[in-house]
Amino acid sequence: MSVRICAEAFDPFAEIRAHQDALGPRQRSIGALASFVGSMRDFNDGDAVEAMVLEHYPGMTDRHLERLAADAMAKWNLDEVLLVHRVGEVRPGDAIVLVATWSAHRAHAFESCRALMEDLKSSAPFWKKERTADGTRWVENNTPGNSVDFKK
Amino acid sequence: MRAAGCKMSIKVRFFASLAESVGRREVECPYAPGMTVESVWRDVNGDKLMPVGALVAINHDYCTLDQVLNDNDEVAYFPPVTGG
Repeated sequence: MSVRICAEAFDPFAEIRAHQDALGPRQRSIGALASFVGSMRDFNDGDAVEAMVLEHYPGMTDRHLERLAADAMAKWNLDEVLLVHRVGEVRPGDAIVLVATWSAHRAHAFESCRALMEDLKSSAPFWKKERTADGTRWVENNTPGNSVDFKK
Repeated sequence: MRAAGCKMSIKVRFFASLAESVGRREVECPYAPGMTVESVWRDVNGDKLMPVGALVAINHDYCTLDQVLNDNDEVAYFPPVTGG
């Protein structure tokens, strides 16, 4: 289980690769890896967004993410969980969050990855402040992730 | 055990838009037995109402407004979270 808060840009694919390699012989019993990478968009609420600052609550954030990862390890049959979250100034295209789960079977990997991401979005103490051509503004709410209108 | 003469206090923290709205990020507040997360807000911010939907935590754990504080606790107030 690994949780990290990054003040600098990170490469989510290199993180997964390094973590996968570090599993060593344990890889032989792992049949599934599910991952989610969240990145910064260059638009929000109808406006172009130039950059964003991610604030967090040092101490509480680390503790909260570690608890989410430990709860996932206890709830699902997982071999490993990796959570990485960015803080500080981010630019469009930069990775903000990486959630990856390793399991013997895909159901546990898929479900835990999705649930971890939703729990993180709804409870981990991070806040986004966007910069647009008109100035800065706080993002007030995250969009719901558990329901998708496929007609759109 | 604290040294004689050392005042009992709690640390009060504000984050993100809520910190901007109250005009500060951190303040020390004298501790009084029985004080709650809600009463500390009033002690520190006077008549200014806590924003609807504000979240609160004591010592890095989410809590409720009626939770009673202990000496040396850290209490935090912040808006709905928007990470990920």
